[in-house]
Amino acid sequence: MSYIEIKNIYKIFGPHPQKALTMAQNGENKDDILAKTGHTVGLQNVSLSIDQGETFVVMGLSGSGKSTLIRHLNRLIDPTAGEILFGGENILQMTTPRLNAFRRAKLGMVFQRFGLLPHRSVIENVAYGLKIQKTDKAERLKSARTWIERVGLAGYEDSFPDQLSGGMQQRVGLARALTTNPEVLLMDEAFSALDPLIRSDMQDELMKLQSELHKTIIFITHDLDEALKLGDRIAILKDGALMQVGRPEEIIMNPADDYVRAFTRDVNRSRVLRAKTLMQPTSTGNDTPANTTGWPEVDANMRLEDILPIAIACPDGISVVNRDHQKIGTLSKDQIIAALAA
Amino acid sequence: MFPDKLNIPLGKSVNALVDWLVVNYGDAFEAFADALLTVLVWLEHLLRATPWWLVIVVIAAIAFHASRSWKTTLGLSLAMVAIGMLGLWDKAMQTLALMIIATGLSVIIGIPVGIGMAMSNKLRAVMVPLLDMMQTMPSFVYLIPALMLFGLGKVPAILATVIYAAPPVIRLTDLGIRLVDKEVLEASRSFGASRAQILWGVQLPLALPNIMAGINQTTMMSISMVVIASMIGARGLGEQVLTGIQRLDVGQGVEAGIAIVLLAVVFDRIGQSYGKRSQRTTTTGAGDGA
Ligand SMILES: Nc1ncnc2c1ncn2[C@@H]1O[C@H](COP(=O)(O)OP(=O)(O)OP(=O)(O)O)[C@@H](O)[C@H]1O
Ligand SMILES: [Mg+2]
Repeated sequence: MSYIEIKNIYKIFGPHPQKALTMAQNGENKDDILAKTGHTVGLQNVSLSIDQGETFVVMGLSGSGKSTLIRHLNRLIDPTAGEILFGGENILQMTTPRLNAFRRAKLGMVFQRFGLLPHRSVIENVAYGLKIQKTDKAERLKSARTWIERVGLAGYEDSFPDQLSGGMQQRVGLARALTTNPEVLLMDEAFSALDPLIRSDMQDELMKLQSELHKTIIFITHDLDEALKLGDRIAILKDGALMQVGRPEEIIMNPADDYVRAFTRDVNRSRVLRAKTLMQPTSTGNDTPANTTGWPEVDANMRLEDILPIAIACPDGISVVNRDHQKIGTLSKDQIIAALAA
Repeated sequence: MFPDKLNIPLGKSVNALVDWLVVNYGDAFEAFADALLTVLVWLEHLLRATPWWLVIVVIAAIAFHASRSWKTTLGLSLAMVAIGMLGLWDKAMQTLALMIIATGLSVIIGIPVGIGMAMSNKLRAVMVPLLDMMQTMPSFVYLIPALMLFGLGKVPAILATVIYAAPPVIRLTDLGIRLVDKEVLEASRSFGASRAQILWGVQLPLALPNIMAGINQTTMMSISMVVIASMIGARGLGEQVLTGIQRLDVGQGVEAGIAIVLLAVVFDRIGQSYGKRSQRTTTTGAGDGA
């Protein structure tokens, strides 16, 4: 069983959800249910398994239920039906004190519009989670200072949020979420309000932090490039229902339907596809065909954009090797061109 | 003519209700009235016994604390001196005592009620029409039940004033809390903050500028009501106006009127300055000129 298990979640917004829930469970679509009952379907039969340490990205158009989904994980929103398990424990059965203790111990969240306390300084904001836990003052300020430094804001401890740029404010948001050392980081369009350069910086920063911290990250975005850059796996939502879940290259190579295909159409494939996805696997493993001698070797995880120049220089073919430099497959120039053109 | 048969004897019912209250809870009302009166008498005595210059120094200190401006402090001190020069110092101190008690009571009742309204839509649905009624009803009307329950004197004057003056602080507390950014609240909840931690650490501090504006309005309304309440035995500046009217002594009425305005200005300025400062600390966080 995975660390986080979401099982058949339905969320209906409105005062009397039962009738709409039955309709949703019978598979009627969101628009019909809204027309007939006046209730909005937020999520429709969503089931997901998320592993410890993975970065799980949820994508979808505006209104597809991304924020609703992520808010179920810390119960800012309760589902109309379904189960949510964290390490086997059903969080929907927690009492309020137990839920608060769980949020304090395990979860950190970063918000699209930052959600910083405007009347508190940067350091007080970053220390906020620890203050809620009643950690003593000296200790919480010390941790806060460490994280402020870590996200590159040293010197701004005593500034107030409205004195900082958007990018800096989101660094505060990130530091605040990390200061309590949570196992799970929930990020709802955390970088969407930032301009492209800063956004790219923040993505790099997050990846760097993640490579050291190995948190379980649930990241919401409506930007495919961001999803592909950050996500170990990607889930795509449409009208509250899950359309596809898979690794980035699976989504690109085999979109489940036209909705997903529309998402993937403009993506720069050479940045997403890796050698191991495209290669022709070596059939028997140990006996390598003799004619590959002299071919250049590339790592299985290398991206197409980096392989391209090598492929052009060596039209015969390329060997793909794993971490231990064993040949696991071959790539031809034609295969590469076909993948790019698809 | 509207048929008499359809008349509802509402007036009679209200009278019956008040009678019933007096008969059954008369003792409780009396005990409450005594307690209130004790506090009021003590405060009034304190203000009247304190040398006039000391009162002015204290007001000046508060004004400076609120505004950080020598000009405002000087202006407000002069306003107080002017009241004394009109020969109305003693009356003004009586009014001041009534006003402080009435405003204090309004705030003590009003802020929790406002918090309750912000938390519960049900309470809000009940309170909003009630507050509308409290504010549109001619203020004189409050004097009657207060009079019947407590007789003539200062206690009914204070209660009528509280009913009249409490709505702004209630409304603005409710509004201020409801206006707090939803994402900030979500952030606070997502870190596992309890209801109390959210209320004290997030909602009240962020609602403070609105609450201060409410307190200021409540203060202004209680000054005006304290004057009207002189009709049922509140002493002070209002009484001067009232006797001025009764004796057709325009001069006396004008003098007292000016003193009331000066007192109102002093409180308004102090209240507004505190309001502005609370705004500064919540929006830029830089309080105290830092
Ligand atoms: N509190 C609510 N009451 C009623 N309907 C709601 C509520 N919150 C969300 N919805 C509805 O649920 C659906 C999903 O909303 P949600 O905010 O999860 O979308 P989203 O994918 O996060 O969109 P965006 O990209 O714009 O943030 C929408 O149709 C929205 O109108
Ligand atoms: Mg959203």
